[in-house]
Amino acid sequence: MYRTLLIGIMLAAQVSSRQCDSSSTSSSGSGAPTNVLPIVVNAGPTNNYLNGAFANVTICVPATSNCQTIGGILIDTGSVGLRVVSSVLTLPLPQQTGAGGAPVVECLPFVDGFTWGPVQTADVKMAGETASSIAVQVVGLDKFPTVPGSCSSQGTAEETLNDLNANGILGVGLFREDCGLGCAITGSSNPGLYYTCPSSGCVIAAEPVASQVQNPVSHFAVNNNGIVIQLPTVQTGGAPSSSGTMTFGIGTQSNNALGSAKVFTLDNLANFATVFNGQTYTSSFIDSGSNGIFFLDSASTGLPDCKNSTGFYCPTALTALSATQRGLNGTTNAVAFNAGNVDRINATFSVFAEATGANPGGFDWGLPFFFGRTVFVAIAGQSTPGGTGPFWAY
Amino acid sequence: MTRTTLVAIAALAFSTLPSPTFASLGGNVGTVDADRVQMKAAQLRIIRTSAYTLHELQSPAGVTIREYYAPGGTVFGVAWEGPWPPDMRQLLGPYFEQFQRATGAARNTRRTRGVLMVNDGSLIVRISGHARAFSGFAYAPGLLPQGVQPNVIR
Repeated sequence: MYRTLLIGIMLAAQVSSRQCDSSSTSSSGSGAPTNVLPIVVNAGPTNNYLNGAFANVTICVPATSNCQTIGGILIDTGSVGLRVVSSVLTLPLPQQTGAGGAPVVECLPFVDGFTWGPVQTADVKMAGETASSIAVQVVGLDKFPTVPGSCSSQGTAEETLNDLNANGILGVGLFREDCGLGCAITGSSNPGLYYTCPSSGCVIAAEPVASQVQNPVSHFAVNNNGIVIQLPTVQTGGAPSSSGTMTFGIGTQSNNALGSAKVFTLDNLANFATVFNGQTYTSSFIDSGSNGIFFLDSASTGLPDCKNSTGFYCPTALTALSATQRGLNGTTNAVAFNAGNVDRINATFSVFAEATGANPGGFDWGLPFFFGRTVFVAIAGQSTPGGTGPFWAY
Repeated sequence: MTRTTLVAIAALAFSTLPSPTFASLGGNVGTVDADRVQMKAAQLRIIRTSAYTLHELQSPAGVTIREYYAPGGTVFGVAWEGPWPPDMRQLLGPYFEQFQRATGAARNTRRTRGVLMVNDGSLIVRISGHARAFSGFAYAPGLLPQGVQPNVIR
């Protein structure tokens, strides 16, 4: 009861609805950049997130002023496309339809579960930029309550605010759409993310690339080749919250130039390599949606696992570490980082740069990697002054 | 027999293949070839060591699946890498529901995001990755052949 009430209050605080006026895409002031979206690292809409970067996103019924601004949307460079939890969405977005006019519903796999829900069409507005009439996913079981067996076989559903601990996920990763050609064809090579759901039941369907859930950034009129995330350094021991920016475009304006940033190109799975203690780990990546630096295991690092915060490391003393990232293009950079004790974080803190944890055989450079850096994410196929995406740069 | 990927499900949806049976974690090597044919996976290689045999398959969607068999033929571990995760129900077989329960239990207050580790004693699962790149492994410690270290399952 208390829990329900508390969540209700937080929802009311984080979700607001407003009518957009037609000038909402213009500059907020004379000469002010219109490509900068404020982001905050805090506990998020369920008040329990560690190292989650959130922002406000405005969505509208396409080509109308019927809009809603939703806060508490997780900024995730590890996925692609906007997904909104159905319980916070108040807009009547048009449903995308496929063969025979049947509604299109998606099952998108994440590492910790899958999101199931209908594909709908929206205008997506952030800072001064608009992605017009793009596919987004509405996550939830309210409209299509029966998850097909081929979707539930992925693991565990993440359908609600309490599953995701966010009002939605803004996937601003390395691609223009969440699946690509594989989902656009029929046959055994289709990975089965998209379904059409006539009344007789949902079946896997081929989904044209342009109809798939889209990275909103790649649909902006300008500043559409990638993003730049800037977050401040966090003091050792953590902080209650911090704030930074997501700037749209790479090398398209004075505020998003690559400058001296090193470019790291990627392999066929969009990974690079990390060298640690003389060993090379090829399945390495940067991901703002991961809430720690997850690497190897307790046996190979000497870092003890936490007793309470399962999955994180909990060394008794702050432990200094270093690893070298290496792009497919041979670019290298040594990254120094610290491992701290996640079980001992001040309970009121939501930002902790020393959050590390287990990921046997791999390196996942999560949100703490972004602290104190300017990180560029170039979208596949998009041209930038640093070359054609996909790549990371910092 | 091993049925491993989501792609297998897609294949079934687009074809009239008969309903297959699966061998997965805890299953047996006996039917692996028939299963591989049905899922249209390519056999990349078989590696035999004194302690176990590794069958490496590739699904039509490009997911590489490795299955580790004990000398008696029991699958004691599985691993995968590719643009999409495999069908966990197929891959984990009798361990799937245990996996689902454990992932639900893992959602504690200071929960990890972006990597999934399940360790409930009789089942270890790790999943990592990002858009269009997933990797992971699963094994049952109780099925590990003598002398085999878990870190061979990658």
